[in-house]
Amino acid sequence: MAHATDAASKYVVEAYDIHKSFGDFEALKGVNLTVAPQELVFIIGPSGSGKSTMLRCCNLLEQPSRGQVKITGEEITARGVDINKVRQRIGMVFQQFNLYPHMSALGNVSLALRKVKKMARSEADDRAHAALRRVGLDDKAGNHPTELSGGQQQRVAIARAIAMEPDVILFDEPTSALDPELVGSVLEVMRELRESGMTMVVVSHEMRFARDAADRVIFMDGGLVVEEGSPERIFTDARSDRLKSFLHSVTGH
Amino acid sequence: MERFLDQFFNLEIMARYLPDVAAGFAVTIQLALSVIVTGLALGLLLAVIRAFQIRPVNWLIILFVDLYRALPPLVILIIFYFGLPFVGLTMSAFVIAWLVLSFVLAAFAEEIYWAGITSVNRGQWEASRSTGLGFTETLFYVVIPQAIRMTIPPLTNRTIAITKNTALASVITVEEMLTVAQTSLAYAANTSPLTLAAIGYLLIFFPLTMASRWIETRYAWKR
Repeated sequence: MAHATDAASKYVVEAYDIHKSFGDFEALKGVNLTVAPQELVFIIGPSGSGKSTMLRCCNLLEQPSRGQVKITGEEITARGVDINKVRQRIGMVFQQFNLYPHMSALGNVSLALRKVKKMARSEADDRAHAALRRVGLDDKAGNHPTELSGGQQQRVAIARAIAMEPDVILFDEPTSALDPELVGSVLEVMRELRESGMTMVVVSHEMRFARDAADRVIFMDGGLVVEEGSPERIFTDARSDRLKSFLHSVTGH
Repeated sequence: MERFLDQFFNLEIMARYLPDVAAGFAVTIQLALSVIVTGLALGLLLAVIRAFQIRPVNWLIILFVDLYRALPPLVILIIFYFGLPFVGLTMSAFVIAWLVLSFVLAAFAEEIYWAGITSVNRGQWEASRSTGLGFTETLFYVVIPQAIRMTIPPLTNRTIAITKNTALASVITVEEMLTVAQTSLAYAANTSPLTLAAIGYLLIFFPLTMASRWIETRYAWKR
């Protein structure tokens, strides 16, 4: 990886005692999250549990009201940190894809390479093509988002994230806006990423994917981590009533 | 009918005044194009500055915009034309017409661009910022290109409406097409020169409306 991991830190992401309030509403009430290199951490929980907010605190799209976030040992919640520099190392994939509609797939992937990493166009294009190839869409490089299916759009969004060669990628409900038949292609790409050793934090309702791809599953409810453990442990040995009823409601048995 | 034709389509009179009206036509085109270029550019500049949300600056922009949107262009023209010499500024009537109409267009254009900028989805900002682009870069590479595309229909509409106000410059003695046509009309005691001017305006604004239609379809994308 391009960025030497801080010798003092054995985690890619560390978040301690994260609080976040929106007005009177306390979305996060002191959440800790650590993610080791090459780990795939899954965050599950009912809507309003704070899981997306927690994810967005990791790259400061949401500024925590209190608490500390570190990326490869560097505290990014500290004063004077150049957040634009830090965010290059944290990819993010959104529920609504958020591709730039005025650019081709290639343009979407290469924009940050050119403007943030200051690559020459040819170099950026080469790297963008490589990223699109990884998600199986290099043949759509010249297409605009509106000409792509939802699943293809999300894969382009993943290519946009991996082209930056980040230390970690955050996935915010990446398949929730997709038609069921398109979910598989996106999960396939995520699985491939995971096998290549990418560190990933995934907020999602894809329980089956969590079960066979995640290293660790975190169950959040009411702005707190309620249970945490291996997929095996979370899905077959739920201890709290809240997790039991959540699993019951999503799996239907 | 014959009298109508003689009054509005007297070919002999038209031929006699054609060179004069043509000269006015050239001035009108010059004025119209300069107003479009500076008005749209200034409007975009103001909208971009406004996006940075610096409070006192925004108040000034909003004051400028609301003033020029509220006052009739004719009133502003007259105030500038008769008022500026009193504060020691002497400018040709053409320059004053150009400035005033540019300001009016800029005021409306700023509001339109601003609406476009604020209607770009928040997710676009987040996606761009999450890859490490800063606020300004996101504004220029991601938000403004989309904002401009969205605003092309109202913008072309407003541009045409305001550019037609070049005719108001006749009030402050700019030798544009309407001025010339009115003078000729007085000399000839016949309204045919005005018909020439009408044809002149069609020659200018018909292509403009067609061009705007072309731009609208060219830059539209399916959502």
